[in-house]
Amino acid sequence: MADLFARYAPLLVQGLEETLYMTVLSTILAYVFGLPLGVLVYVTKEGGIHPYQPLNQVLGWIINLIRSVPFLILIVTLNPLSKLIAGTSIGPRSSIFALVVAAAPFVARMVESSLEELSTGVVEAAKTMGASDLQIITKVLIPESVPSLIRGLSISAITLIGYSAMAGVVGAGGLGDIAIRYGVHRYEENVMYITVILIVVVVQVIQSAFNLTARQIDKRNR
Amino acid sequence: MIQIENLKKNFHTKTGDVEALQGISARIEDGDIFGIIGLSGAGKSTLLRCIALLEIPSEGSIKIDGKDLSALKGRELTAHRRQIGVIFQGYNLLMQRTVAKNIAFPLEIAGVSKPEITERVARLIRLVGLEGKESSYPSQLSGGQCQRVAIARALANNPKVLLCDEPTSALDSFTTKAILDLLRDINRQLGVTIIIITHEIGVVRQICNRVAVIESGRFAENGPAAEVLAAPKSVAARQLIGVGGAL
Repeated sequence: MADLFARYAPLLVQGLEETLYMTVLSTILAYVFGLPLGVLVYVTKEGGIHPYQPLNQVLGWIINLIRSVPFLILIVTLNPLSKLIAGTSIGPRSSIFALVVAAAPFVARMVESSLEELSTGVVEAAKTMGASDLQIITKVLIPESVPSLIRGLSISAITLIGYSAMAGVVGAGGLGDIAIRYGVHRYEENVMYITVILIVVVVQVIQSAFNLTARQIDKRNR
Repeated sequence: MIQIENLKKNFHTKTGDVEALQGISARIEDGDIFGIIGLSGAGKSTLLRCIALLEIPSEGSIKIDGKDLSALKGRELTAHRRQIGVIFQGYNLLMQRTVAKNIAFPLEIAGVSKPEITERVARLIRLVGLEGKESSYPSQLSGGQCQRVAIARALANNPKVLLCDEPTSALDSFTTKAILDLLRDINRQLGVTIIIITHEIGVVRQICNRVAVIESGRFAENGPAAEVLAAPKSVAARQLIGVGGAL
């Protein structure tokens, strides 16, 4: 076992680094697009603070469309474009575009459902105080949803770890790639197990850290 | 002075149109504590939402000092909303903000400067008797304390009118009395006109100088509280007061 570790340690460390790189960068970018998208969907829906059916329906339709394509098909389809944007055809950077495209609509739905948890009364109270739509978004909707948004963030990040493993199939590297190359193609099952254990550890760490943070900052738990 | 003229509100529902308000008229003088009492489904909430400018009336007008507010939209509506402070049965406080930050909220959105916010918040905290609770969060407070925060918040922009939606319905009788006393003090000290929507006759008895009884979207009765309480004419009023009940 020790021998195995010594032999594969550099490989595994590199895989871990690549997985973390893909997950962190694509999660950040998915939120850059997904957060405003989710807010926009929530705000424009019927009964929202600024109902606008046409936009709401188009956005909802695009989100559903992208979300219904299996990720593996999405990444293969987007591969050429993804590589063009990254300027490289291999390595974790080449997959970022496809990961963000796949995750942003997912993030938008996570954000939307976090906002749905708020009571409409708080928004109405803000309205009676003369808050503009933008003020309601920036001073009520988002700050009041932060604990829920953080829990959603952990789910999104973990989903992206899964996606990044699949991205490994098309040459993006990372732990998923190692598991497939060694475990499936070369029958070195031990390497595959170690890789899977590493992924499990990463997932557990992310989930616990985010849960703890969400609980710490939620002022409702006192 | 607030003038409500022939206010009507229709809702389109799956089962047909509902006439929630069927022509409400009232004059509320400056400094009044005006009670609007009625049973569930009488149209109380719809009337409140219209006066709070959360709902656009189908017909009629709501004028404050001669200006029709029910027809306003956009920026002008926002500006005029500050004349009406609203408190709710469920308080509707911001759960992730401290007491002081909740009270500061309407001032922040109105663009009041930081030093002035600090000063006004301190004064409002004293007014509602929440000294020492500035840094607490709503989840750490009792219902009565939450309603005090809501009252302070509603008064922050110096409104002419304080509109209260079942302000004590979630509170015990002791706390109810304390909150009603506070509302009366505010009415006397600041000269704020108060409109209270309620289903509890005790609230009217304790602080209102005028009362309107709402039934099926109309005012069945409207007059000085003492008169209505002593000699209710309408069936609805008798039911609520509990004398000669026609049930």
